[in-house]
Amino acid sequence: MTARDLPAADLLPLVSALNADYARAIDDDRLEAWPGFFAEPCVYKITSADNHRRGFEAGVVYADSPGMLSDRVAALRRANVYERQAYRHLVGLPAILGEVEGAVRAETSFLVVRIMRDGTMDLFATGRYLDLLVDHGGALRFRERIVVCDSSRFDTLLAIPL
Amino acid sequence: MTTPAAPRAWPVETLARVPYWVYQDEANYRAELRRIFEGPVWNYVCLESDVARAGDYRTTFLGEMPVIIVRGEDGALHAFENRCAHRGALIALEDAGTAKRFQCVYHAWTYDLEGNLVGVAFEKGSHGRGGMPASFCKAEHGPRKLRTASLCGLVFASLSPDTPPLEAYLGEEVRRRVARVLRKPVRVLGRFVQRLPNNWKLYVENVKDTYHASLLHTFFTTFRVTRLTQGGGVVVSEDGGHHASATLDRRDDSEGAAYREQGLRADQDGFGLADPSLLDTVDEIGDGIKLQILTVFPNFVLQQIGNCLAVRQVLPKGAGAMELAWTYFGFADDSPAMHRRRLKQANLVGPAGYVSMEDGCVGGFVQRGTAAAADELSVVNMGGEGAESQETRATEASVRGFWKAYRRHMGY
Repeated sequence: MTARDLPAADLLPLVSALNADYARAIDDDRLEAWPGFFAEPCVYKITSADNHRRGFEAGVVYADSPGMLSDRVAALRRANVYERQAYRHLVGLPAILGEVEGAVRAETSFLVVRIMRDGTMDLFATGRYLDLLVDHGGALRFRERIVVCDSSRFDTLLAIPL
Repeated sequence: MTTPAAPRAWPVETLARVPYWVYQDEANYRAELRRIFEGPVWNYVCLESDVARAGDYRTTFLGEMPVIIVRGEDGALHAFENRCAHRGALIALEDAGTAKRFQCVYHAWTYDLEGNLVGVAFEKGSHGRGGMPASFCKAEHGPRKLRTASLCGLVFASLSPDTPPLEAYLGEEVRRRVARVLRKPVRVLGRFVQRLPNNWKLYVENVKDTYHASLLHTFFTTFRVTRLTQGGGVVVSEDGGHHASATLDRRDDSEGAAYREQGLRADQDGFGLADPSLLDTVDEIGDGIKLQILTVFPNFVLQQIGNCLAVRQVLPKGAGAMELAWTYFGFADDSPAMHRRRLKQANLVGPAGYVSMEDGCVGGFVQRGTAAAADELSVVNMGGEGAESQETRATEASVRGFWKAYRRHMGY
């Protein structure tokens, strides 16, 4: 039995648990674990509601393989320069929206507070995750996660993934 | 129109020193809006493809002045202040749209696509009472009109009658480098805005600063996309205000030596990508230039980083803040493979860009670092004191060019 065969009521706790683990990995600065939440192949993109609605495909982050996700983490650790900061994700209850091409479709709201090294806390991003989930080696994983931010404006820079 | 006197005295003659108050002073900032953005310059406002058909419009800013750019029934581009002639409310409230005419929501005064006031609600009053005085003439009222000019699909606007024609304003060398990238109809791939915690000039200097690129942006050097030891150079326009820098595609493993000798952080050999498809660039223009960054004074950047193409519009938002509006684009005739390549390479730029995210914070580091240093001077001496073109990127010539143009406009 695969994930898509489960009724929505049974999927809800599974998707919620995946979202919770995903958010904890980022907020706890365990970014190396982040690519592991994705299947292979996968798509991860950060865009905005306006771009999404207009069909503009470019994202501020765009990856179509787990390798590109690992590269993002490696660059953050070794190459990119940014002031020390952390996120706190608040992730809503997922809406299970049926099945697409053998994957479970889900949509979940999120809110991310950014905490800077000097203590400044800002509402950094809100939006929704548009997900396609598959059974990958016995666990639920993202085949696709499109992060649709409500605003197209980003403050200063976006280093840590959403 | 009279322009206010320069609010302060410039402390030095050389272009190689810049006082920090220029990033902080509120009076100076207000003078910049009048003398530069609303003065004799061409401000980038949108792409021609944004306003392709009659009635298509976009709203944006000349500095802080809200403006509407619209394609008229006659096919010509028109631009006017986004301010109702009645009480000053915004006329258009959307970023973009299509209109037959514009009507202010406040009292329904109506404008045609050229910004002419054509309708005043209850102009003759109601039941013989009220209304505008008989002497009121609609033709004498309207938002200020702007001149427009376009080049290779880019639209520029100017409030001043004294701005030279766009091609003369740019100069042949810069114009040619715009045309080099914008060779055919574009297709927009995405738009994002980055809010930066710094004065607008710190960003413009940063974009012109070829010296910092491989030192601050270590992703580039780590993956050997560019090093200062690579070939290239910088062209600075005659008046100093515009520039184009180029990096040639020339790989040489011995290049790391100069970085290692100086113990620079930018040298981290042996760091490879798990998925190198990101750097799979094609020389689509066919001239071996891997990277070109071009600026037009005061607010425009055209970027070619491999196959990642974008325009960036600088929008000042007070003395200590600005917005950078990114438009990523490809071409209408891109193959699916080229389209996908551009989406991947878009990771290099924007608010989360591997080679640009640092530019989002470094201006703020200067803004904060100089909080108590209004009368101190920054040192802009790499490559001498002049603002002429140089065949190296280890120079700050184009930054000095910016100050040459800035001081001329500001009367410093």
